[in-house]
Amino acid sequence: MTRIGKAFENQKAFIAFITCGDPDLETTAACVRAAVAGGADLIELGIPFSDPTAEGPVIQGANLRALTGGVTTDQIFDLVRNLRQDVEVPMVFMTYANVVFSYGAERFLSTCQEIGMDGIILPDLPFEEKEEFLPLCHTYGLDLISLVAPTSENRIAMIAREAEGFLYIVSSLGVTGTRSEIKTDLASIVEVVRQNTDIPCAIGFGISTPEQAAKMAGIADGAIVGSAIVKLIEKYGKEAPAYVGEYVKSMKESIT
Amino acid sequence: MTNQNGRFGVHGGQYIPETLMNAVIELEEAYNYYKDDTQFNQELTDLFNDYAGRPSRLYFARKMSEDLGGAKIYLKREDLNHTGSHKINNVLGQALLAQKMGKTRLIAETGAGQHGVATATAAALMGMECVVFMGEEDTVRQALNVYRMRLLGAEVVPVKTGTGTLKDAVSEAMREWTSRIADTHYCLGSVMGPHPFPTIVRDFQAVISREIKTQLMEKEGRLPDAVIACVGGGSNAMGSFYHFIEDEGVRLIGCEAAGRGIDTFETAATISTGRLGIFHGMKSYFCQDKYGQIAPVYSISAGLDYPGIGPEHAYLHDIGRAEYVPVTDEEAVEAFEYLSRTEGIIPAIESAHAIAYATKIAPVMEKEQIIVITISGRGDKDCAAIARYRGEDIHD
Repeated sequence: MTRIGKAFENQKAFIAFITCGDPDLETTAACVRAAVAGGADLIELGIPFSDPTAEGPVIQGANLRALTGGVTTDQIFDLVRNLRQDVEVPMVFMTYANVVFSYGAERFLSTCQEIGMDGIILPDLPFEEKEEFLPLCHTYGLDLISLVAPTSENRIAMIAREAEGFLYIVSSLGVTGTRSEIKTDLASIVEVVRQNTDIPCAIGFGISTPEQAAKMAGIADGAIVGSAIVKLIEKYGKEAPAYVGEYVKSMKESIT
Repeated sequence: MTNQNGRFGVHGGQYIPETLMNAVIELEEAYNYYKDDTQFNQELTDLFNDYAGRPSRLYFARKMSEDLGGAKIYLKREDLNHTGSHKINNVLGQALLAQKMGKTRLIAETGAGQHGVATATAAALMGMECVVFMGEEDTVRQALNVYRMRLLGAEVVPVKTGTGTLKDAVSEAMREWTSRIADTHYCLGSVMGPHPFPTIVRDFQAVISREIKTQLMEKEGRLPDAVIACVGGGSNAMGSFYHFIEDEGVRLIGCEAAGRGIDTFETAATISTGRLGIFHGMKSYFCQDKYGQIAPVYSISAGLDYPGIGPEHAYLHDIGRAEYVPVTDEEAVEAFEYLSRTEGIIPAIESAHAIAYATKIAPVMEKEQIIVITISGRGDKDCAAIARYRGEDIHD
């Protein structure tokens, strides 16, 4: 079991997503620490990309603010080195294939191992293309996190069988962003997942309230929240860490 | 030339969110079924001929040939197609395919507006709903085309994200497709994006080179020495090249938009200034910085203002089968004026990039040699912008 498995040991996991460098890396570091103190079991660190095609307006905005601020992949690696002095929860990067490819996949993934990352999520790398990075992920002890979507249907079993770390279940059609209602029959998806793998699964996209988190964690092994946290960071800027900590605490309590 | 999973050498592939995978698989299965279906092909041919006005003319540009004093120049007149550009070829094919698949709604990206207009046209013809995503900057540059799309019953959504140009329109169309798949076909406008789009669009545009070959054989009894077309994503170029790829004596030349020059940041010349990357569903060459952030490219031509190039072009470049050359704004504007003055044909500013390069090489070629230039679209839409470029303010 990799370190990611520990996030799901004996409890429902709360997974927090934060875009690195929004509004600056000091705030990102403080937000990560606040989220961990608030009970986050796993942290997804977003490396901003100029054209995040899977993101809704909220995370697009965070990407733009971070890049406009001049944040780079190398600076984000340094951020992780700093965080790993005291942050022990598993952490994964969430970014786009070109960020990894362009840096040099081996250079990128070996650095991930060196600085203590546990895995990577690439929303534009579907099952059919995962060989692009999978062998190198294994060489460097990283889990390449797979996603299933409401449209995956006959693909769920195939994806689940080869999934590692945890399986990311996309709750709804469309891009990331908060939603008032999630209509997908997630229980059926989770059922197929469980028939095909023992690794934990967590639901993301559209979750913002404690009620939604509780419902999702009831269906799966955890809940992933991105846009709602990014919105707090957008609203409070450098003052955001306290609000993020408080929010994560309320969400974690709702699923415990 | 496609192998499994839509690869052209190392290029191509399907780098898209899982949410879209079943949609592209469904599209590929439908396309593989219908591409060899007699009735489908008959319907498409009827649409091409009776609705779009094909075959398009292959016109011997006598004055231009004499003026340049070298090779004989033929113009493939895609500008004479219904809606004014080559875009209608691909759109009629995809709209018919979408209809067979039971889709009732078309979405599309557009840069110059030519693909948007063509998609809105096909949607009107086939009774389908249509939404076109267009960069906000382009809605200003190409206001006339925005009106045409609305007149045809389409909704035009100005895209404000990123640079507000073609790449952002593609991103937004992809986002829209992930949110509504069941009734919606994404009518992608170029030989780019995830497999099977580069292959489908190429096949529908290949009518251009098929006709050139037949027409030139009738007029000259031989193959051309060079085929020249402009390249953004590269659909008119791919269509112009395709049936000549096996004829190794035919030079295939793609003209990229160099903007203010390939030594500046204000350029969209992907082969000249880009490097290998993964974006918009495909592996290919992209203009990007050292961290893989996609560059905010620039060209006077909204239709070539794209930071990437279709994967099959990237492959033809790798194997040396096609040449890709940069042409600046200034050279394109001069060619725009030159063809208007010399042949009485106002070309799209996109196509003017191809004309510009032809004016460089024709004079040094032999008189018995033949160049075919694809005039991918007509230039009415560009007149206001070119006037502005020349310091003259006219109303659209």
